[in-house]
Formats: sequence, C-alpha cells, structure tokens
Amino acid sequence: MSGKQTQVPDALGHFGPYGGRYVPETLITALEELTVAYQKYRTDPDFTAELSSYLRDYVGRPTPLYFAKRLTEELGGAKIYLKREDLCHTGAHKLNNVMGQILLARRMGKPRIIAETGAGQHGVATATACALFGLKCSVYMGTEDMERQALNVFRMRLLGAEVIPVDSGTRTLKDATSEAIRDWVTNVRDTHYIIGSVVGPHPYPMMVRDFQSVIGRETKEQVLQREGRLPDYIIACVGGGSNAMGIFYPFIEEPGVQLIGVEAAGEGIDTNRHCATLGKGRPGVLHGSMSYLLQDADGQVQLTHSISAGLDYPGVGPEHSFLKDTGRATYVSVTDAEALDAFCFLSKVEGIIPALEPAHALAYASKFVPNLDRDKLVVICLSGRGDKDVQTVAKHLGVSL
Amino acid sequence: MSLSRLEKVFRTESSIGRESPSTEYRKALICFLTCGDPDLETTVDLVKAISNAGADIVELGIPFSDPLADGPTIQASSYRALEAGTTVSKAIECVEKIRRTLDVPLVLMTYFNPIYNYGLRQFAHDASAAGADGIILTDLPVEEAAQWKYAADEAGLATVPLVAPTSTKERIERISKMASGFIYCVSRTGVTGAGDILPSEVTELVGRTKSVSNLPVVVGFGISKREHVRKVLQHADGAVVGSALVDLIAKYQRTRHLLDQVSEFVRYLKG
Repeated sequence: MSGKQTQVPDALGHFGPYGGRYVPETLITALEELTVAYQKYRTDPDFTAELSSYLRDYVGRPTPLYFAKRLTEELGGAKIYLKREDLCHTGAHKLNNVMGQILLARRMGKPRIIAETGAGQHGVATATACALFGLKCSVYMGTEDMERQALNVFRMRLLGAEVIPVDSGTRTLKDATSEAIRDWVTNVRDTHYIIGSVVGPHPYPMMVRDFQSVIGRETKEQVLQREGRLPDYIIACVGGGSNAMGIFYPFIEEPGVQLIGVEAAGEGIDTNRHCATLGKGRPGVLHGSMSYLLQDADGQVQLTHSISAGLDYPGVGPEHSFLKDTGRATYVSVTDAEALDAFCFLSKVEGIIPALEPAHALAYASKFVPNLDRDKLVVICLSGRGDKDVQTVAKHLGVSL
Repeated sequence: MSLSRLEKVFRTESSIGRESPSTEYRKALICFLTCGDPDLETTVDLVKAISNAGADIVELGIPFSDPLADGPTIQASSYRALEAGTTVSKAIECVEKIRRTLDVPLVLMTYFNPIYNYGLRQFAHDASAAGADGIILTDLPVEEAAQWKYAADEAGLATVPLVAPTSTKERIERISKMASGFIYCVSRTGVTGAGDILPSEVTELVGRTKSVSNLPVVVGFGISKREHVRKVLQHADGAVVGSALVDLIAKYQRTRHLLDQVSEFVRYLKG
C-alpha cells in the first residue's frame, strides 16, 4: 500500500477523478473562503483545543469500544467490537462533524446556520450546536422524512431550530440537500451551510471526513489497548458515508485491515427500490461533486428507497468512490428485511437498540462473521441509536403503538 | 471568416469593417424556456413565436432532475418536461427541428450531469450539428471546465459562462478567458425566479466584467418586466427573461391562447 491513498484530495478537492466543485458560480467564493479558513484552523492550537474540549465534555468522547460478547457467541465466528457512536450526545456520530463546523462558522463570523437532514440526526445535531452557541438555525427536511422521523422534527423544534419542509422531488434527503444549497446560494454572505456527510463540493468531503475521523483514531487506540493489535475487519454503513469515512480513514494505510462499507439494498438491488449507489451506480455529478450516482440512462437522478431515512440517498461521498475504484475498501449491501432482523437481534442479544442505518452494518456482519475464524477481530461502527426508528420498526413488524 | 449567429446579434452597424473587436454592442433580448414543457412539439412552436415576436436569442433549458440553481418556477417546468419524456437526445432533435426554419441563435442551458452522461464530445458534436450556437452549464465552474471547453471548441459550440455578484475581478478575468459568445451576469445571489426589484450591485458587476472582457455582457435572474429590461440594457448588452416567460407558458399551456400570449409578452418586453 503506497502512501497515496490518504493524500487525497488535491488542492481542488479531487479524489482521483471524483470530488471537485460542481456548483453555481455564486458559491465558489464562499467555498474558497471556507477552504482557507479550514486550512488555517485545522492545525490552530486554540481551535483544536476548543474542539477537543467540546468533544470530551459536551459530546461525550471518547465513546467506548465495546466487546459484544453475546453477539460474538451467537454468531460463532470472529470476535466483535462495537464502536459506540450511539452514546454520543444527540444519539449519533453526527455531532462530531457539527461541532467542528460550528466552531469554524463562529470564527468566520457567520451568524446563521443551515443544514439538510434525512433521518433527522444531523438536523438534531446542528440544532443542538446552534442552541449551544445561540446561532440562528434552519434545517431542510423532506416531507416524507418528516413523517417517518416525526420525533426528530419535534426535537429540532424544541432546540429552537426552524424545520423547513421540502415537498419537491422525492421529498427525502436528496431534495432537502438541493433546497439547502438553494438557500446557501441566496444567503451565502451571512450563512454557513453545515453539510452532514462526506458529500458536496470541496472542501466538505475532506473537512467532514477529518472531523469524523476522531471515530477511527479512538478505535485504533482502543483496540490496540484491548487486543494489542489492529482489527482484521471494519464494517460500517454507507449512505453519504460519513461514519464509514470517519472510522475507515485512520486505517487506510494499514493494509492488514479490511474495510467494508454496507449500502442499503432496500427491497433488493435488482429492483429499482434501493440506494446501493456504489453497487449499482456509475460516475456522475450531484450536489456539487463527482461520484458514483444512481441515475437513469439519460443522466437523470433515480428515485431511491431504503427503510432507513439516513441511507436513502442516490449519491455517495467521492472518497468512497475513490476507495472502491482503488480496491482499498469493499462495498456490499443488505436489504430492508435483513436490516430489520439485525435491528431486533442486537436489541435482544446485547440490550442495545441500534439505529436502522448501522443495523445494515450489523446485518452484513451477521452473514459474514460466522464464516470467520474465532481469532479474527471485527469492529462494527454503531453510528447511532435506534430510538428514532422505533415507530418505523413497529410499523414494519405490524405492531400498532 | 463568416460571423457566427451570436456575433451577428450583438453587432452594430458602426462595428462593420473594424479590425479590432468592438465593445459597442447592439442590445439583445434573450428569452428562456424549458425544452419539452409542455411537450417537444409545442417547444418548436413556442421558439418560433418568441423569435418572431422579437427575441434576439433563445435560451433552451434541457431539464435535469435536480436543478439546484433554479427556483420553484423552473423546477416545476423541468419536472413537467421530464414527465413529458424529454431527454437530452430529444432536446437535440428539437433544436434540429427549430433550426430547419429559424435562424435565431439558440443557446442551451443545463446542468453538467446530463451532458457528462451523454458524453461531452458526443454532446458538443451533436448539439452543434443540430444547430445550437452555445451552452450555459449552471454548475460547471471554470475549475472543472477544461474537458468540456476542449470538446465545445472542437465542435464550434460557444461556452457561455456565468459570473456572480460574489465573483472577484480576478475570477471574472479567469472566467472570461474561457468564454465565447457572451458572458452571463447573475443579477443577485440566489436562484432563478421572477423578481420585482433589481439589486443595484448588478450595475457594478457588469462594470467589473466589462473591465476585463471585450465580449458582450448580459444579465439574467429576476428580470420579469419591461422596466427591468430597460434598466439592465442601460449598462449591459443583453437581458435574459426566464421564469416570467415560463410562468406564462405554464399558465396558458392547456389553452389555444398559448402562442398569442407568449408573443404578446415578448413584444411587451421588447417594447
């Protein structure tokens, strides 16, 4: 493995052929300012000290690396550890990135924050950080997602954020993102847009990865401490791909560690109701960067489906496209039904209710781990907790609450 | 060398025979509509009506499923066009049909993905062969444009770039180097859509653009009335009316008054 795999992106935000900046001219100056500010502060001792202190005292880091003893016994293969991002404040890994970006926005003097959200976890994290710093916050959310994640809509409003319903297109994360970009084009001078995943125009894929890579750095330290060696496999779910990039990144230069991203196969990748972008898409441009994209023969973005609102997106972060093409990471997918089973299984065997997004990673692990030797080590990124999904799951199980 | 259709539009009598490029241009009214809204046949008729009513250039939008630089009017129009079965190939066929009877300059406007998917060289070739004169790619800034620019130049298709109120003079200078046909100034920070008041910063942007480029400079976004057109043309060489016309097409598309209403509106703008 050469050192090149982590020396991305280049100065213009390219990960090989992917990434870049495909946005209206109006935004270029703001992206340039953001890149300069980020480059300046990422190594600034005051900035890093402030971020670390918020991550420790407010977010609750480091999160535990938990040895899932019963899950390991039940699956009867490799030893499984769970990286407990579900224990972060607000219930998912999203706050790692939001804290970084909000401290940056404050230094850039932007009084207004906007965000897009799918499952609502990124919206809640953004609303939380805005409440913490007294910033004005607007969150764009598709009306279909507002329905399936009603609890998170209420949480955002409790936190003082304005939730703006997006009723165009598929009424999910894709359209919420387009609408957030339109807002940013209009209010770019006083607004910072906190993108919630490793997607969008440069510098977002790099910056969000860097903020999320605290997950992987902690995992490395913790697994070395517990086991005296690195894991053989790391498994994480991939929608836009921020928790996966966060846990993968510090291991990219460790050739013995296999990185596995799990996409949502919805009702099956041979139906047209899935969002397995890396599995079934081809390169294209959506929301400001070149990456794999689910699109029809004419280059129109395809409708997607997943039981998990957080994975229901036709694009994927450009660095994942790069890792797929270089072969450094492998991408697989599991269906709604498999994710549901894993959701229930983990709840019963470990007393941990996972979010539907990482339930995809768990579902793949349940198929994969039993075939591994017992001396192998697997780390699964448990990116969020499942409270928000209880209603959806009940509905699918035919239970009325 | 024969003049291109776009060059002819902006050419004044006084510039004929002059060797150095003139920066004195004839004023142009540019009208935007979405190809395939309500359907491709009607688009051909609409372009004829718009041209006959006095539009100097017609901008034809090729619909994209995720038009992130467009406001509600053009989003809805793009959606109708896609629902009606418009594809990139069909849009090119539409250009070819229009070109059989009309000499009006046609500038295509779209997003990068549909043409990237079609193949950049193939698209530039096919669009040019069908009779398109130029293209505006809303989400392709100069940093990412090299490959496209090569394909467009090879096919003889003008690449019309956008400059925005947030573009610095240095950026505009860089953008103008890859420009051909004309330069499109976005009147405000924001998405497309009819407006009531034109921000004063647009005059300054036109000035900044003209200070670094000899190409004609046009202004678009938010221009919906004759007064807007007149005000813009005091400083710029062209004014683009889009959403106001698309709204009108949406309103009358199921009636037999569509072409009359559209012609009347263009004559009013031209005033």
